[in-house]
Amino acid sequence: MAEASKMSKMVLEGTRVADFSWVAAGPQIGRELAVNGATVVRVESHRRPDMIRMSAPFKDGRPGWNRSAFYASVNANKYGVSIDLAKPKGKLVAQKLTKWADVILESMQPGAMANLGLGHEDCLMMNPSLIYCSTSMLGQWGPHCSFVGTGFHTNALAGFCACTGWPDSDPTMMGTQYSDYVAPWYAVLAIVAALAKRRETGKGMYIEQSQYEAGLTMMGLHLLDCAANGHIVTRMGNRDSYMCPHGVYPCREGRWVAIAVASEEQWQRFCNVLRDLPWIGDDKFRTLLARKTNEDELDGLIGEWTRDLTAEQVTTMLQDSGIPAGGVQRGQELLQDPQFKHRQHYQVLNHPEIGPHSYNSPAYRLSRTPAELKRPAPCLGEHNLYVYKELLGMSDDEIAEMVIDGTITTEVDGQQAFAGGKG
Amino acid sequence: MSKAEGLLTGFRVLDLTDEKGDFCGKVLGDFGADVIKIEPPGGSLARNIGPFYKDTPDTEKSLFWFAFNTSKRGITLDIEQLDGQEIFKALVQTAHFVIESFKPGFMESLGLGYKELEGVKPDIILTSITPFGQSGPYSDYEATDLVGLAMGGLMSILGESNRPVRISSGPQAYLQAGLQAAMASVLAHYHRQVSGEGQHVDLSMQEAVALAAPIVAETYECVKVNLSGSGPNYFTARTQPLGPLYLQYLLPCKDGHVLLQWGGGYPGNRKSTKAILNWANEEGLCRDVLDIDLATWNSMTIEQETADRMKRSLVEFLMTKTKAELFRGALERGIMMAPCNTMADILADAHLEARAFWEKVAHPELACELIYAGAPLKITANPWRIRSRAPLIGEHNSEIYEQELGISPPELELLKSHNVI
Repeated sequence: MAEASKMSKMVLEGTRVADFSWVAAGPQIGRELAVNGATVVRVESHRRPDMIRMSAPFKDGRPGWNRSAFYASVNANKYGVSIDLAKPKGKLVAQKLTKWADVILESMQPGAMANLGLGHEDCLMMNPSLIYCSTSMLGQWGPHCSFVGTGFHTNALAGFCACTGWPDSDPTMMGTQYSDYVAPWYAVLAIVAALAKRRETGKGMYIEQSQYEAGLTMMGLHLLDCAANGHIVTRMGNRDSYMCPHGVYPCREGRWVAIAVASEEQWQRFCNVLRDLPWIGDDKFRTLLARKTNEDELDGLIGEWTRDLTAEQVTTMLQDSGIPAGGVQRGQELLQDPQFKHRQHYQVLNHPEIGPHSYNSPAYRLSRTPAELKRPAPCLGEHNLYVYKELLGMSDDEIAEMVIDGTITTEVDGQQAFAGGKG
Repeated sequence: MSKAEGLLTGFRVLDLTDEKGDFCGKVLGDFGADVIKIEPPGGSLARNIGPFYKDTPDTEKSLFWFAFNTSKRGITLDIEQLDGQEIFKALVQTAHFVIESFKPGFMESLGLGYKELEGVKPDIILTSITPFGQSGPYSDYEATDLVGLAMGGLMSILGESNRPVRISSGPQAYLQAGLQAAMASVLAHYHRQVSGEGQHVDLSMQEAVALAAPIVAETYECVKVNLSGSGPNYFTARTQPLGPLYLQYLLPCKDGHVLLQWGGGYPGNRKSTKAILNWANEEGLCRDVLDIDLATWNSMTIEQETADRMKRSLVEFLMTKTKAELFRGALERGIMMAPCNTMADILADAHLEARAFWEKVAHPELACELIYAGAPLKITANPWRIRSRAPLIGEHNSEIYEQELGISPPELELLKSHNVI
C-alpha cells in the first residue's frame, strides 16, 4: 500500500488515484486530491472525449480539445491517458489501474462502469483495500437514477433556481453548475476519512453519492422550515429578515456594492459615515422597525449615495467603520483582488497549448502541508507513456501494440467536432 | 437507526464557531466525530436567528440553530475568563480538532492561539474559519453571507445583467466556508494519522465562494469578459453584429417551471432537443419549428430571432403539462429537462423517498420528530447519519464537566456564579 512518508510535504503524497470521472463534479474530486499530493491518473478516450473539453471558456476564445479553461481548472495536477475501455486490452489496462490504485473515482451514467466490468463490486474484488467513489446526478439507484442532464438541472432539482431572484421575478439560472461545487467537497472529505480509516482496518469501501442529495444539504435550513412549519422560501431579492439595510447598491462604472448592517451598533456607525446626508437622521429610519417599514425608500437613498462612488470607495469607508460591505467582484476584480494576491490564490501554470494561465488554489491553507499546483491539466493522452510504462510497468512492445490496435486512442472521431461549441 | 460507526467516530472536535462556522462542526459530527459545541454562557447568538419552530421566537426553537448543529453535544463556557481558558485547555487535551470563527488574532489574544494549543496537545488541528483569511489587507474586514457572496464573485453571475442577487436560501457563503473547512480539517487529520503532526488550517470564506464559481475568473482570464447574471437564460457571449445569444432554459409549464436544456451544439443537446420536439409533434404542437435544422444549429451563428421562435413554440407545449408529467416524459424519452423544484416539491419527491434520504430526528422537548436533509453520500460500512438533534443551552455541562473532567458540583456552582459556565 502506498503511504505518505514522514517527510512528505503534501498530505496525500504516495496516494494513487484512478480517475474515471468526467465533466465537473467528478473531476473536481480528483483535482482536490491531486493538489494535495496524490498521483491522479485521469482516464479518457478520444472516442468520447470529456464534453467539457468542448466547453467555454477557451483561452483567447479559440476552441481546441486542450484549450478549455473549464477542463483545465478541474484537472490540474493530474496525469492524463487515453484508452478505449471497450477493447479487450483496454479492460486489461483498467484492471492494472484498479490493482495499482488506492482510490477509484467515477461519475459515469449509473451502470456504465459495471458494464465495463469496472463496477465497485468487481474492483473491490480485485483490490479489497480500494476506496471506490461513485458520484452521479441522482445516485446509482432510485426511480429517477437514469436521468441525463447537467449541473444546471441539479441546480433546479435542489431548489437553488427557485430561491434565486426577486419576489416579482421568475426563477433564475445560477450562471454556474453550482451543485457541482458542493458534492465534491463531501466526496473528498469521505475519501480522505476512508483512507484514514483504512489504516486501522486495512479494508476499502464503497462511497455512493447523488449530487442532488449533496446539493440539498445546502438547503437544509429551508427544507426543515418547510417540513416543520409549512413555509416555502422562494425569491427574496437581496433582503434579509434580520438585517436592514441589506442589499447591493449601484456604484460608478456599472459596479455594485453589497452592504449588510447587522446590528444597532453598526447602524449607528453607518449613520456616522453618512452624517452629512440630510436624510440620515430622519425618524423614518431611527429604529429597526421603522427602517424595515421604510426599506424601499432607505435602499433608494443609499443607492443615491453609492452611485457617485466606486465600489472600492464605499467598501473602504464602511469597513473602516466596521460595517460589512464589499464590491460585487467580477472576474476582472477577482484576478486583481488584493486579498487574493496576498493569499496567492491564483497560481500561474504554463500549459503547452493554453500557455500561462491562472488556476485557483483551495480555500484553505494547511500550515504544515500546503496544497500545491504543480502541473497544468493534461492534454488528451499526454501521459500515456509515463503512466503505462512507469506507473503500470508495461513494456514498450505492449504499449506499441496497443497504439497499433487502437486500444490507446490517438485521434478524435470527426463526429465529435465542436459544432460551434457551447459559446 | 443504524448504530454502526461513522468515518470519524472516535475523534473529538471542540466547536467554538458562531453562525459563520456552525456547519463545519455539523458536517464532522454527522460523519461520526464527537463534536462538543462550546457556547458563551446564555447561548450562541445563532439561536436568535430564525426561522423558528412554529414561528415562536425562542432560543431553543431556532431552526437555524437546529439545522446546523445536529450531532453535537453542547456546553457553555466563557473562554474570555481565565477559569474558562483553563477548562478549555483541559478539554483540548482530550480533543483532536478545534474549530473557531473569531476574528483573526482573537484566539491569540486569549492565549489560545495555535502555538499555545499545540503546547497543550502537540497534534491538535486548529481550523480557523474567517471571511477573508488570517492575514492580508482584508483580514480585519467584516462580512456577512451577502458580503461573502459578493466578494467571492458568485453574486456577479446571479440575477440579471443589471442587478445582481443573492441566493435566498442557505446561507450559502457560510455553508461553503463550513463545508470546505470540514474537508480541509479531514485532510489535516489524515496527515496527522500518517505523521503524528497537527497543524493550523486557515479557511477563507471569500475563497470558498470563489471556488463555487470558478467560471467567473476563468472567463475573464480567457476572453477578458465579465460574466453577469442572465435571468432565466443560458447565455453565450458573441461578438457584434450578432451579439450575445440568450437561450431561455428555465421555462414556464402548467404548474411552475422546468429547466430544459435545448438548442443545437454538441450531440447530447441535439438529441435531447429532437426528443422533446418529437414529443410535442406527436401531440400536434411545435410543428411550426420543423424548418429549424438542429443538425446545422450553431450557437455561434444562429440568430436570436430563430432561437426565440423555437422558445415560444416549446413554451406552448410545456404549458400543456405539469412539472411531474414533463419529468416523467424526460426520463422516458431521454430529454435533458428537470423540474424547478420548490422546497415542498423536494419534500414530496418519490426518488428521495425511495433512497431513504430524509432523516427523522427526535425533539423530545417539542414532543415531535422533525425531518432533516439527509446524507450527502452513502457509505454502507460507516454510514453518515444525524446522531442527535442540536444541543440545548448547556445541555451536556454536567456530563462533560462533572463526569469527564471531574469538576465537583461546588466548583461548578462557583464557576456558574461567575458566569464562566
